[in-house]
Amino acid sequence: MSTENSTLVKLNNAGFKQNDKWLVEGVSLTVEKGKIVTLIGPNGSGKSTTAKIALGIYKNIEGSVEKYTNKVGYVPQKISIDWTLPLRVYDFMLLTENIKDEAIDEALTLTGVIHLKNKNLGNLSGGEFQRVLIARAISKQPELLVLDEPVQGVDYTGEIALYELIKRISDTLNCGILLISHDLHTVMTATDHVVCLNGHVCCSGSPMDVAKNNEYKSLFGEQASQILSVYEHKHDHVHSDEGEIKKN
Amino acid sequence: MFDDFFIRALFAGIGIAFVTGPLGCFVVWRRLSYFGDTLAHSALLGVTMAYTLDLNIAISVFLISSVIALILIQLQKKTNLPGDALLGLLAHSSLAVGLVVIGFLAFIRFDIMGLLFGDILAVTTDDLIIIWTGGAVILLVLKLIWKPLFASTVNYELAEAEGLNPDRAKAIFTILMAAVIAISIKMVGLLLITGMLIIPAAMARNISDSPQKMVIFSIVGGLLSVVLGLYSSLEFNTSSGPSIIAASLVLFILSLFKIKQSIKLKN
Repeated sequence: MSTENSTLVKLNNAGFKQNDKWLVEGVSLTVEKGKIVTLIGPNGSGKSTTAKIALGIYKNIEGSVEKYTNKVGYVPQKISIDWTLPLRVYDFMLLTENIKDEAIDEALTLTGVIHLKNKNLGNLSGGEFQRVLIARAISKQPELLVLDEPVQGVDYTGEIALYELIKRISDTLNCGILLISHDLHTVMTATDHVVCLNGHVCCSGSPMDVAKNNEYKSLFGEQASQILSVYEHKHDHVHSDEGEIKKN
Repeated sequence: MFDDFFIRALFAGIGIAFVTGPLGCFVVWRRLSYFGDTLAHSALLGVTMAYTLDLNIAISVFLISSVIALILIQLQKKTNLPGDALLGLLAHSSLAVGLVVIGFLAFIRFDIMGLLFGDILAVTTDDLIIIWTGGAVILLVLKLIWKPLFASTVNYELAEAEGLNPDRAKAIFTILMAAVIAISIKMVGLLLITGMLIIPAAMARNISDSPQKMVIFSIVGGLLSVVLGLYSSLEFNTSSGPSIIAASLVLFILSLFKIKQSIKLKN
């Protein structure tokens, strides 16, 4: 069970209001070391806002945030970088912390973009840039990773590989991960705790609990709960790159 | 070989170029050229204050520019006016007030042209000390805040999320801007200081592929502009400020050929 000192970030009844409109309210959640917490919910349900509250980007919030670490890696959902800056992938990797060259190479290799190291950031495709963003966040060896739609724009096989990588990172680095994802498949396979948002917390718990919840069903439709059964069938084997089946 | 004043001017210009190089890069990256203009225009008020209260010009310009920067931040919070309108308001009203106050100070002989466009004859040994010590402090502080300032220039939320305190870096950078204007006003003149910040940095952007390179090229460009500009100022008896800026413009135009080449290579 959780002890106090394995907690990385804790939201207590937190909410954020912009121009007199609540973006999200009454969110309580805890991210612990080695655990993956996933936020799901429709567009505009406050997932990114919740992540930003947890990161301390929003200052005037309702409720409270307790953050117990400063070693944070963040992959934002939207990133607008001004291309008046001459910036290579390598420079971007050093953006918030001085990281050793070996660690940079390792992270770029893990996400499959080491060949882009000296390319200009502005010349990357959306998927390539997303891989660089993930590499940057993990190369810092953070205690807390906040990933907001980390695999958007990444091709399908890459997507699976990156989710596996994220899972592996949470195991090897023992870091806590706050993940936002639209992909219910991955949510249900790799997550310890799911929080379903729709301006407030609809329901939360283990992936199983949430999938059975009626509010979840009404938000995502009957199909969404069937995903779970698909997933359960999948669970006893994985596919290698060549497509052959490997038993777990 | 040279008159003493020319050597002084040369050293003053070199000191200024070392500081405007890296700061100018941030002005270009953060789109602050109009902000630089506003601070520079307000410097006229600082100069008049220096004459009325018998203060050092650099110090009083620094104080007034910092106050104007603070007023700007307050106005941004309290009004719904867009940023460029506020900058224009402060730039022109402080310039106007400065000129009006000069009118009242009829008992002092003002060299308005020198104030607006720079005057190499005006650089004293004291000015040199202020430029070099002030410049060294500015560069040292910039080095200290480089990481958070640069990270938040690339992306504010990343810097904030990963604990770099970008707001503090931004506030300190604003003070550095006021300081660089204060030390370079005599040399370049208040209408042209922003050119000294922007043009070498813009030139450097054309020929660099990394932020470090851009800073270095920006400094080199500034140094060349100062040397070329001051020699031609001596030769053709022109004001120092316009001569330096014109030299930097020539360098910028030359750098465009490099862009043309790299575009050709891509196609």
